[in-house]
Amino acid sequence: MSEYNTQILICGGTGCQASESEEIGKSFRELIGELGLEDEVQVVVTGCFGFCEKGPIVKMMPDKTFYVHVTPADTEEILKEHVVKGRQIERLLYKDPKTKQPVSDSQHMDFYKKQLRIALRNCGFIDPENIDEYIARDGYMALGKCLSEMTPEQVIEEVKKSGLRGRGGGGFPTGLKWEITAKVPGDKKYVVCNADEGDPGAFMDRSILEGDPHSVIEAMAINAYCTGSDHGLVYIRAEYPLAVARLKTALKQAREYGLLGKGILGADFNFDIEIRYGAGAFVCGEETALIHSMEGLRGEPTFKPPFPSEHGYYGKPTNVNNVETYANIPVIINKGADWFASIGTEKSKGTKVFALAGAINNVGLIEVPMGTTLREVIYDIGGGIKGGKQFKAVQTGGPSGGMLTSEFLDTPIDYDNLLAAGSMMGSGGMIVLDESDCMVAMAKFYLEFTLEESCGKCSPCRIGNKRLYEILEKITEGKGEDADIERLKILSHVIKDTSLCGLGQTSPNPVLSSINYFINEYDAHVKDHRCPAGQCKALLRYEVVEDKCTGCTLCFRNCPVGAITGERRAVHYIDQSLCIKCGVCFDKCKFDAIVMV
Amino acid sequence: MPRIKLAESAIKTIVEVCKKFDNQESELINVLHGVQEQLGYLPAEVQERIAQELNMSVAKVYGVVTFYSYFTMIPKGEFPISICMGTACYVRGAEQVLNEFKRQLKIEVGQPSSDGKFSLSCLRCVGACGLAPVVMVGEKVYGRVSPQQVKQIIAEYVEGCSTHEAKSA
Repeated sequence: MSEYNTQILICGGTGCQASESEEIGKSFRELIGELGLEDEVQVVVTGCFGFCEKGPIVKMMPDKTFYVHVTPADTEEILKEHVVKGRQIERLLYKDPKTKQPVSDSQHMDFYKKQLRIALRNCGFIDPENIDEYIARDGYMALGKCLSEMTPEQVIEEVKKSGLRGRGGGGFPTGLKWEITAKVPGDKKYVVCNADEGDPGAFMDRSILEGDPHSVIEAMAINAYCTGSDHGLVYIRAEYPLAVARLKTALKQAREYGLLGKGILGADFNFDIEIRYGAGAFVCGEETALIHSMEGLRGEPTFKPPFPSEHGYYGKPTNVNNVETYANIPVIINKGADWFASIGTEKSKGTKVFALAGAINNVGLIEVPMGTTLREVIYDIGGGIKGGKQFKAVQTGGPSGGMLTSEFLDTPIDYDNLLAAGSMMGSGGMIVLDESDCMVAMAKFYLEFTLEESCGKCSPCRIGNKRLYEILEKITEGKGEDADIERLKILSHVIKDTSLCGLGQTSPNPVLSSINYFINEYDAHVKDHRCPAGQCKALLRYEVVEDKCTGCTLCFRNCPVGAITGERRAVHYIDQSLCIKCGVCFDKCKFDAIVMV
Repeated sequence: MPRIKLAESAIKTIVEVCKKFDNQESELINVLHGVQEQLGYLPAEVQERIAQELNMSVAKVYGVVTFYSYFTMIPKGEFPISICMGTACYVRGAEQVLNEFKRQLKIEVGQPSSDGKFSLSCLRCVGACGLAPVVMVGEKVYGRVSPQQVKQIIAEYVEGCSTHEAKSA
């Protein structure tokens, strides 16, 4: 690829594709043809750059100019000005929110400064549909090293020494899992990649598979070498069409290069991977449920032990790891366990990818060393709270996690600290909440998810969560009683203690942690019939302040249901029986004449 | 539910998909994916035929179909509308957008509209959290949707012209 003078990297992640990044690529290619620049300029569609808030992103190489919010209409100017005349286009550069100055290079953006990209090392750098680009960045070198220089035991020892723990949420030591699978006797063993990312608001695994599928394939092959398997399976959500397509392409290329198949790299080692599709069941992220689903059954979990390492797919020893866990493996082998273990905290090594979203300025996909504080993530990388509002809490661990308040802003992020604070690492969703988010409604939102996703096999989860949900529903409708909060607590503990699998054992966490840190909000709902965040509609009314209303008709014109009446220059009124409490009038009014009561 | 008679072509599709997977019971989920992709949905009659082809009980097929949210027994509208209810979209107002769609189309989640043109469903995280709240109509993604835009989005499809202008508006 060095023969080109310029490379134009276009983000082909799902977020940017939704904002026309494909059209941008097409437009570039057409113009390059028209301008006769085919031999000088190459267009590369890459995986996610991470800075989704500013997408679609176009990066120019080799000078690393980082253009944000690019539209297909900008392509001509980029080619004629930047490529031909060598002049940066200032209006497309990122502006530092503090200094208001344009920043042309991602290394100097606050969003990237504190990040360390190991699992995401190739996302945004290479064309995920071209195996040569992966190989050019040391791809398949780790597999080669394992096959030619290391015994399976040495590889396992290296992974153990690195301190890598499962990135799917549980945090089980990866090397230990590999060792158990390797030691269990068996004529047939399986290597499984769990790509059934179901946590709402998390898209790490998807971005890795879309941006760097070969890293996962390589790591699975390394695992197969260690455990003595010849058969790999990737269990992936059918709802991720782009990731599926890129993975298929990558598998095909790896086979053509002899990196999958028989006698890989000249060694006595056979391995191939097939794809299995998930069909939208969150519980299938649990490894026993996942295995049942791969067998064509309902994805219901079974009691552990026996663990899949001993008794997995069709009863054979099966090693199940998550996408992000695998993506770390080639780097550990190439750079060494000591290097990896030097990053992070005492018990959590390496980095973690988070999908940062919610009430934050810089929504995106980030990767930080373990031990980074929430404050650094939210304020330095995330750029602070959107709209200058007040930080209220950050939710980690998705439906299994909890809320962390401002008192934890300086807590270093690792598995154990998050657990001690009443939340958990989870797969890496990180949702920032501000003052306008009601914590009772948040807890209810997560429970609604759990309810839908509970497989129904064990009654604490199936019935208990339903009752929890009903109590929360009652509270958000202003019908709560004093005793409800105590009921929530007791029932939560029963569900935690008696559910069969991880889904039920963690599902009350959002309830418990919101009660723990935001009891005053529960009290306000129950005792005062008031929602302090103004989110619970049953407890909310919009009214016009007669003294302030100028009769500008702005609210009247914007009300989607015609609930507002009034003449120009006369006080307006809201018909409460028609009002759907959407808040548009409140947002639109320039005179503060509409209030929430 | 009234019974439907499967067209010859539909039966042929089912038989072919099952055969592609060697009529193996363990391939049930792959078979269901394949059949739904071609027929659009999996009504009881289709499930019966699949059970027959794979030599397993209809109850087992039904158990799997109803377990996974991706499989549906109700036909989707000509333009299926999906509202992302992932957390990122939720905290940026997806619920209000969903309510507005329900109100405008006069249907509930999971239902097709009376003219069969639209159907409404929720999905969990499209992975475009930077564009929250996100709505998908078919394969097309609409980002940063506000309740006020809902009417306009629907109008795009009612008039049968899905234009670029409406998306950027």
